[in-house]
Amino acid sequence: MVHVSATPVLALRGVSKRFGAVQALTDVELEVHAGEVVALVGDNGAGKSTLVKTIAGVHPIDEGVIEWDGKPVSISRPHDAQALGIATVYQDLALCDNIDVVGNLFLGRELKKWGVLDEVEMERRSRELLTTLSIRIPSVRIPIASLSGGQRQTVAIARSMLGDPKLVILDEPTAALGVEQTAQVLDLVERLRERGHAVILISHNMADVKAVADKVAVLRLGRNNGVFEVKTTSQEEIISAITGATDNAVTRRAARTNGEVSQ
Amino acid sequence: MSIDKTSANVDKTTDDPKGAPVVNPEAAAAAVTAVDPRLLVREQGLLGYWSEFKRKMKAGELGSLPVIVGLAVICVIFQMLNSNFLSAQNINDITVTMVGTGMISVGIVFVLLLGEIDLSVGSVSGAASALMAVLAVNQGWPEWAAILLAVGAGVAIGALHGFFFAVLGAPAFAVTLAGLLFWLGFMLKVLGEDGTINLDGDGLVAKLTTYYFSDIAAAYGLAVVAVAVFFLTSFLGNKRREAAGVPSRPLSDTVLRTVLLAVISFAAAYMYNQYKGLPLATVVFLAFLVGTDFVLRRTAYGRKIFALGGSVEASRRAGINVTAVRISVFAVSGGFAAIGGLFLASKIASANQSAGTGDLLMNAIAAAVIGGTSLFGGRGRTWNALLGVLVIVSIQYGLQLQSIAEPVKYMITAAVLLTTVVIDSITRKTQKTAGRA
Repeated sequence: MVHVSATPVLALRGVSKRFGAVQALTDVELEVHAGEVVALVGDNGAGKSTLVKTIAGVHPIDEGVIEWDGKPVSISRPHDAQALGIATVYQDLALCDNIDVVGNLFLGRELKKWGVLDEVEMERRSRELLTTLSIRIPSVRIPIASLSGGQRQTVAIARSMLGDPKLVILDEPTAALGVEQTAQVLDLVERLRERGHAVILISHNMADVKAVADKVAVLRLGRNNGVFEVKTTSQEEIISAITGATDNAVTRRAARTNGEVSQ
Repeated sequence: MSIDKTSANVDKTTDDPKGAPVVNPEAAAAAVTAVDPRLLVREQGLLGYWSEFKRKMKAGELGSLPVIVGLAVICVIFQMLNSNFLSAQNINDITVTMVGTGMISVGIVFVLLLGEIDLSVGSVSGAASALMAVLAVNQGWPEWAAILLAVGAGVAIGALHGFFFAVLGAPAFAVTLAGLLFWLGFMLKVLGEDGTINLDGDGLVAKLTTYYFSDIAAAYGLAVVAVAVFFLTSFLGNKRREAAGVPSRPLSDTVLRTVLLAVISFAAAYMYNQYKGLPLATVVFLAFLVGTDFVLRRTAYGRKIFALGGSVEASRRAGINVTAVRISVFAVSGGFAAIGGLFLASKIASANQSAGTGDLLMNAIAAAVIGGTSLFGGRGRTWNALLGVLVIVSIQYGLQLQSIAEPVKYMITAAVLLTTVVIDSITRKTQKTAGRA
């Protein structure tokens, strides 16, 4: 077990978020420590992506407090999150198709020399970064549009590592990946934990969650539905929390779902 | 952006004895492993260029090729119809006349890179020239001050359009359409009853299109400087890349490009010296083209514009201030519209009620698109404005030499524009299937 610090790097206290008539998040609590991988799971529409976007500053929160290293902070723009040391890899990648790999890696934080883009240094560092992460890409000078889905994912993850962030948020990082690339991403996640980063991992894949996460936080219909230690929790317990087995109205349906999963 | 730039210099460093010594063997080793076996690598030598060219054509990476071919066809046809078409005087006239529209078109390239459109540039150019004329002639301001204020007004007008688009979220098409009408009215109001203000024939504005550097050395000197600067920056850039262990262009590539540039520059210089010399208007236009190209491709600001043209959401998440960039781009467009308006006023030595109307707006947009700037955003260079406006003005002059009437001129220019837009759309489709949208 990796040593976990006392003060969480990031803590959400009673966070709520509305979109018009939809209450997307209600009183959500979440803690992530340095050197810890927290898996965020939940069904479609449970609010995982919304939660991630509030942390990343894409959607500012309506109520509640975000604490960073124990101190309350306000994250109202993506820039605020970046400045704190939060890096996010979104499900829909957020890469510019018309710009090459180097340009995408350094988008928004270009290296400059006398005010001019330092393309040589950026390209050198890109190659270095991709090599250390064992990411294989045909060339760093071709537009993102020419890459396959898996290659784009690896570029997006590599991009999050550039700023040496304290907290990395991965939204479904393995959903589009092949077997070997999935393993590489999971290795990457473990390497991040070893280097003392905090990681929030969103995933539908229970095998991935069991493989790398320390804790599992379950969201259901925009609310917390339990935080579990991965080591001491069975897959069935997590799944029943996700599907809402504790909720009487859906018990029968959840029981049937559990039955199918355990077959 | 193409693959040839990353061609296998990796093995070149090892078997080329004259190549730069590998400073950092580890970096070089890493580079070797980074080359994917599936990556198409251009072969060395002339044959390599040919196979690369064929592959690019298939993948729909036409670049500026259609417009260069088109320009050649135009020259051949009009030269056959009238031997005066390629005379030094005619070419000289074309390159001076095109500057006004070309400047406006440079601003349009910026807006098109965002995937937006600015329909107000014609009216803004007219308003700026009227403002300048009223201040300089009627109010007795010094001309330089009137010019500065007119360009400043263009920038402010553009920023205002940008504000409505970026902050309030109104479609750029509608905002600038309103601008088209408003600034046309503004111009007519400013010009007042007379409707025409004649400029001082020896003034600064008139000189913009009438001054020629008649000394033979000027044109040749500029050609020498251009070629030398191009070669040195390419050569030193490549040296730096080699030193850093990243792929670089082979020397032969740099030399070939330099020779090509030299042939074009010296041919142009020779041609200019056959007539009155190097026109000031052309020099100013080239300076702006070099400057804007540098800003777009070598600065963080330019990178942001391309990023917005690629994906607004990705740019926002990367921490780019989308609103500020959008406003600034419309301000640039307004500024270049004003500059273009001054050149157009200079050409006719007056500011009048028809300034900025007629086919000016369409020509400026057509020039950017004909030159190869995509209407879909994220692809294009300001040099496209030069190529496109050359095509349009050449057609106009060629038809004029044939004394072909205005109606036919409009129809032919329209056909050229439609052809280019169709090429752009087809190119985009082909590039999608080839994974290079």
